[in-house]
Amino acid sequence: MIEPADFPIASIPAPVLAFVILVSAISFFSYIMFRRIDLLRKLMPDHRFSDIWERIKFAVIYGFFQYRQPRYLGAGILHILLFAGFMILSLRSLTLIGQGFSSQFHLPFLTGSPGLFYDILKDYTGIIVLGVCIIAIIRRAVFHPARYAHPGAEGHQNEAYIILGLVAALMVTDMIFDGSSLKGAAVSGKSCMFPAASLAAFFMPALGSSTLNFIHIASYWAHILVFFSLLNYLPISKHFHVITAIPNVFFANLNRGRIKPVRWGVEDWMELEEIGVSRFEGFTWKHVLDFYSCADCGRCTDNCPANAVGRHLSPKMISIKARDYAYKYYPIFGSPPDPGETRFIGDIITENEIWACTTCGACEQECPIFIEYIDKIVDMRRYLLDQGRLPLSLQKPMQQIKKKGNAYGGSKGKRSAWAKEIEGVEIRELKPGDHADLLFFVDSCGSFDPRIQEISKSFARILSKTSSDFGILGQDETDSGNEIRRLGEEGLFEQVSGKNIEAFQARGFKEITAFDPHAFNVIRNDYPERFPIIHSSQLLARFLRDGKLTLSGDYLNNRVVTYHDPCYLGRHNGIYDEPRYVLSKIPGIQLREMVCSFSRSFCCSGGGILLWYENEEEKERMGERRVRMAQEVGSQVIVTACPFCLINLEDAIKTTGNEGKIEVIDIVELIDRSML
Amino acid sequence: MNIVVCIKWTPDTSEADLTLESSGKDIKKDDLDFDVNDWDRFAIEEAVQIKEKMGGSVSVITVAPDDAEEMLRESLARGADQAFHLWDDAFEGSDGYAVASILAKFIRDRPYDLILTGTLADDDGGGQVGGMLAAMLNIPSSTLVSKIQIQGTTINFNRELEGGLGEAIEMDLPALVSVATGLNEPRFVSIRAVRKVSSVEIPMLDLGEIGIDESKVGYDGSMIQIEKVYLPPEGEGAEIIKGNPEEAAARLAEILREKGGIG
Repeated sequence: MIEPADFPIASIPAPVLAFVILVSAISFFSYIMFRRIDLLRKLMPDHRFSDIWERIKFAVIYGFFQYRQPRYLGAGILHILLFAGFMILSLRSLTLIGQGFSSQFHLPFLTGSPGLFYDILKDYTGIIVLGVCIIAIIRRAVFHPARYAHPGAEGHQNEAYIILGLVAALMVTDMIFDGSSLKGAAVSGKSCMFPAASLAAFFMPALGSSTLNFIHIASYWAHILVFFSLLNYLPISKHFHVITAIPNVFFANLNRGRIKPVRWGVEDWMELEEIGVSRFEGFTWKHVLDFYSCADCGRCTDNCPANAVGRHLSPKMISIKARDYAYKYYPIFGSPPDPGETRFIGDIITENEIWACTTCGACEQECPIFIEYIDKIVDMRRYLLDQGRLPLSLQKPMQQIKKKGNAYGGSKGKRSAWAKEIEGVEIRELKPGDHADLLFFVDSCGSFDPRIQEISKSFARILSKTSSDFGILGQDETDSGNEIRRLGEEGLFEQVSGKNIEAFQARGFKEITAFDPHAFNVIRNDYPERFPIIHSSQLLARFLRDGKLTLSGDYLNNRVVTYHDPCYLGRHNGIYDEPRYVLSKIPGIQLREMVCSFSRSFCCSGGGILLWYENEEEKERMGERRVRMAQEVGSQVIVTACPFCLINLEDAIKTTGNEGKIEVIDIVELIDRSML
Repeated sequence: MNIVVCIKWTPDTSEADLTLESSGKDIKKDDLDFDVNDWDRFAIEEAVQIKEKMGGSVSVITVAPDDAEEMLRESLARGADQAFHLWDDAFEGSDGYAVASILAKFIRDRPYDLILTGTLADDDGGGQVGGMLAAMLNIPSSTLVSKIQIQGTTINFNRELEGGLGEAIEMDLPALVSVATGLNEPRFVSIRAVRKVSSVEIPMLDLGEIGIDESKVGYDGSMIQIEKVYLPPEGEGAEIIKGNPEEAAARLAEILREKGGIG
């Protein structure tokens, strides 16, 4: 059998041909990559080089080991197989490229027994990858998974078929190449070692040696051409992720729950000409790397609560539309088209999409390669708000916070009125200079919303029962500002956080505690000064561990309980176990988990001033959907650990006709009522 | 196109516990938060939108005490080009007529094509200043205006009346129109937007600078004297019926019988 390197094509020596193909393909690829990277260099700065070890860990766990893939089990396993195959077979491809120059070419460490072992491994891998490609094609073509749909924009389904086809062709040509070798050498007894090659040989009838040789040579060059086509196709299609995914994971946002500054490296952002993202070029380079990296898998949108209830938001489509925009206006060749009147914000990404997000983080939690959405949404909101474009329903509460420090319109003086209404409990209002172990940050909701005041009172009763030394800020407390920042009003966020920081610094305390996860999150993650803070559920867990509380099952009275994970407690701060530990300490509790629980919890429509947000597109309330999920597991009590979840779910109980059948209760209230 | 918008500084009484001054002729306002009259926000927005479409300038004017500068600054952040703050201690106690007199005196010698106001004020609901100001300036005026279109030297607009009835009106400029709420979506004013106009000077003009006679302003210049302000009488008769459905139904029937609602 003549090997490709020794077989001239149209009287051109094979090594020359191999050289020409290699150089032109790599040059072409390098140019494409240069253009793509050149765009990143023109964008806004981003700080992504901190904590290098942490980043390497991320890249290994989530990049190489694809830890998030099996969240969708079937597709995840297929992808892991494909990726592992890709890693293994890349060595094979390098070997084959080398064999265009010399038939004796081998990678230095793949000779002798390791070489034989690798040949066997790659043969098995090839057949698995081919199998995965076939399953993936059938899955797309026959079963049409809903998450692959592209509502409202051009799809990239064909690209998936092209890629799967190219990968399959890569496998098949390799199989034929090896199969013809096997057949030509007429070596027997190796089929269990080389199943792929044997399979290919099996389909080759008894052929003359010259025909067999022709097949051998042709499959070789076909393989080489397919390989380089694939390589060059990646960065111009949605399959750029093959190249960018691991860097994207490496550069992931390591500070969940924290919003990016208006512009990295700029202190006095107020003086900037324009703030937020008004143009595509307003995104940071990492955000555009995200767009490059999106593989259109749709897991984000599949988990987006806003999308689920019919709001016009699909995180996936934001990435796809932005990537399409980047490819169109920053083309590889030629000059970009004239955008004319097309505005990036408004036409490509609509205002409705931008305001529909609750910042629950389900999309980011799900993305296998850590594409971010919240910071982008916030940056686009910053621009809109700077232009005065804030949805009407949010203007009043925002204005109230500006004027009075809370969205409820209550006067400062009444901020601690709730605290005077609790029988047998004295609550200290800490004045500047005072000290207490615990500073109870009540926030506006706990101070002014009559329903949420009940949680404040319950919490105060528990703190009192456990003989905790605690106090509140009283009228020196201001709205925590979690949603203000997330709605893009950075200036107001700086004001309210500044006031609270000043109030904190004027008093002595060991820890701040809050029962609202939104307040907990913003103080813990967004405030420029760091303060030790503990969520009520964590504090309750501590009390129970320390034996300071004893509980009875009388209040629950054998009812079936489910726990709803608040987004800002769970996903944004990783607190899942403590609330469950607290619940487990109620004697006889029957706790059942909903299908969407822990990091897959379903947002019930947002906290803070999002309570005022009106969306005309939604077909049902998120809370209603959540209540149905609780019904599915036969729940009679929904326990949550967020006052806004409580309000949203209580409303949903009424609108779904479950009043009297299902009770919604905050974990603090539940413990208050279960204390012995 | 020179547009003048007259705005009012009003107390927010929606969430406040109101108490009366000892004179019994006003509410206590010391603890109340003041803000721009909600109707006037729509007037400012409309003026700015007209300017953005047709060019020209927008001036915002108020007759209000010192604190109101905040509202004027916000108006600049909304897109107004100039703001004028008219105040003198002598203005205290001015009714709609006196306020209109002050505004008329100030506006008369300035260039204007269109004057916009809100139709009503959130606090006293007088609805007087617009009409009286127009009369003093001898220009046409209208109230509850929406869908404003400017064509050359005329203004076309709609008025929405009770029961969905509408009126389409054309007037010659200069004119004064008092707008309805909801004719546009007022823009939000961010902290940064206010910061951007923080160095714009807002002239504060007193009695002498405006050139109006002291007898025409304040209590002396007013035509209305408030006799008494009183709080709404303590609500009576609201009862939340408690108990299980049978008990609640029985109680409801009892009430209806007692109050003569049924048979």
